[in-house]
Amino acid sequence: MEAKNVVKRFGSREALRGVSFSAAAGDRVAVIGPNGAGKTTLLSILAGISKPDEGEVSSSNGEVGWVPQQAALYRRLTVEENLLLFARLEGHEDPRASMEEMLELTGLRERRGEIVARLSGGNQQRINIAIGLLSRPAVLLLDEPSVGLDPRQRSRLWEFVSALADRGTTVIFSTHDIQEAERYGGRLLVLADGEALFDGPPVELREAVRREAPEAADRDFETAFVAYLHHRGH
Amino acid sequence: MRGVRWLLLKDLQILRRSPLQAVLLVAYPILIAVLVGFAISRGPEDPRVAFLNEVPPNTRINVGGGELPKANVKERICKRVECVFVDDRAEAEDKVESGDVLAALILPANLVNKINSLSTLTPGVPEVEVLVNEENAVKAELVDDRITSLLAQANLTIARRIGAEGGRYLGLLVNGGQFSVLGETVQILGLRTTARILETVTPALPPDLRPALKEVTEFAAQARDNLDVAKPLIDRLAQPIEVDKVVVGGASPPLEIFAIAVAATLTLAFVVVLLVAGSLALEREENAFLRLTRGLVSPGGLLGEKVLLGIAVGLVVTLLMLLGMQFFVPLELSRIGLWLIAILFSGAALGAAGAALGAAAREVRAVSLLAFMVTLPIAFLSLVPSGAVNPTAFDAIRYLTALFPFKPALQAIAAALDEAGPGIGGPLLHLALLAVAYALIARFALRRFAAV
Repeated sequence: MEAKNVVKRFGSREALRGVSFSAAAGDRVAVIGPNGAGKTTLLSILAGISKPDEGEVSSSNGEVGWVPQQAALYRRLTVEENLLLFARLEGHEDPRASMEEMLELTGLRERRGEIVARLSGGNQQRINIAIGLLSRPAVLLLDEPSVGLDPRQRSRLWEFVSALADRGTTVIFSTHDIQEAERYGGRLLVLADGEALFDGPPVELREAVRREAPEAADRDFETAFVAYLHHRGH
Repeated sequence: MRGVRWLLLKDLQILRRSPLQAVLLVAYPILIAVLVGFAISRGPEDPRVAFLNEVPPNTRINVGGGELPKANVKERICKRVECVFVDDRAEAEDKVESGDVLAALILPANLVNKINSLSTLTPGVPEVEVLVNEENAVKAELVDDRITSLLAQANLTIARRIGAEGGRYLGLLVNGGQFSVLGETVQILGLRTTARILETVTPALPPDLRPALKEVTEFAAQARDNLDVAKPLIDRLAQPIEVDKVVVGGASPPLEIFAIAVAATLTLAFVVVLLVAGSLALEREENAFLRLTRGLVSPGGLLGEKVLLGIAVGLVVTLLMLLGMQFFVPLELSRIGLWLIAILFSGAALGAAGAALGAAAREVRAVSLLAFMVTLPIAFLSLVPSGAVNPTAFDAIRYLTALFPFKPALQAIAAALDEAGPGIGGPLLHLALLAVAYALIARFALRRFAAV
């Protein structure tokens, strides 16, 4: 997936200012930045939900799966009814087989008959992701997937996502949690005020902090990151 | 189209999964519809009126020295209202104040004397007393209308009696006959006999007297002829204008059929508008709208699915209701094909309107409120007949109700139920145009549907 000089404006405000980046198969790209940085706007454009005012986005190797921040599923239907519905809507030849596959992948086979509204937020998020995977996407976009989850649920979520990336799916996710981004993102894309400040692995961000904000270099990653943003004028 | 099918199945699953919502969605409109239907079809019951007659027994109305036959005013009034006979004024007041009766009618003791004085040189003003409890404006208006109507009926009855008696005197004057005064019978010669006698005796009179007698004979003949004309005129005085009703347009079905059409249309409107608007807004609340319209189904396809859902559920509910109404009023089942066409067109237009509401309001609670706020007043305004309000207001109502599918749906369903109603073609065309217009509005509103 590749984005070139993407610009998005809302009225007179520029939400994205010429953001460019690319991601290869199996990459895990964490999009991080403060509130209003443009993370959700960028993911929406990558997902094709909104159009950029300038620049272009391309995905050379197939479908782009999108998992919105709020679980996009029907809470009054059961787990399997949700999966079956979206498998049918995706036009799968054997929607029941796809549903079984996703039940296996999410580990929710035992709870297949339960109404989604009765499941925990973590399990709802797993179904949300599973629905995003039904299109068998080469690229999976996740908008703050761990919001509202407890530590155990987060851990299971990231195990699940990491396994997808290990199987060759490009995973691009946004998060507020810097530790989480460092731990699960193979690459970090730092946005601030719609501008891409950094694109590289966490280790390189550490080095950039050391260069530009040496006073925070030995602090924890989140503190160092905030100092880096401050040093860059954000 | 494949996606529409699965979404339709999904919506029915959700509906089935929410029995309370399904019951409310179906039962509440039916309850409203049945109540409205009964209210319209039964018409007003005879109002209860307390009746106190203080006129002494055996008092008769005398006009011009003769007694009129009993007018039976009490019996006539009590045919038109449910009379609750009371013994005194206090009891009448109690019943009015407690709301047990709509009003109290008191005939004072001097009523007949005052009526009798009408033919004297010092006529009085006969009055009856009416006690009312105007606890609200509607009741006050109703009481005024009822009392005015009752008194008009009483006045008409008395006037007819007086007219008839006057006619009888004229008949005596013209044709002659017997007349009773103070217990004695008086023979009246009459103008006709007078003229005949004069004509008979004229030849026997001296020639110089004949011209004068001829003038008298001619006067008697003229008076007889003119008084012959006067009698029907007196008869007409009691009710000078009669109504000759001619229907020049606006064919309408019988009242009970119209009431069923109102009930069915109300049910259909609430079910379809609420269901379509609510289920569309639910797609947004479940965050599913963006996921669906990312390629799984087009926004137009999603709108079409919601309208289909409304039509399907509305069709079932309305048909069941109409078939249930068979227990009260027999309907022509042979016209069921027209019922289906009317319901399908109505459902499509109402569904499109519901989709526009859902797309505009976006949140389920706001949608439900908006659907009620729009549908209820429009339904009531659609029932306002021409002439019931001033022409400017009626024009405004007519244009407003033409913009919403309720009125054409009512016309289409009424036409489908009974052949005596207006033609079905016009309302169907109206509904088709509204369906297209609202679908376009809904499609336009969907552009900002997912925005926060």
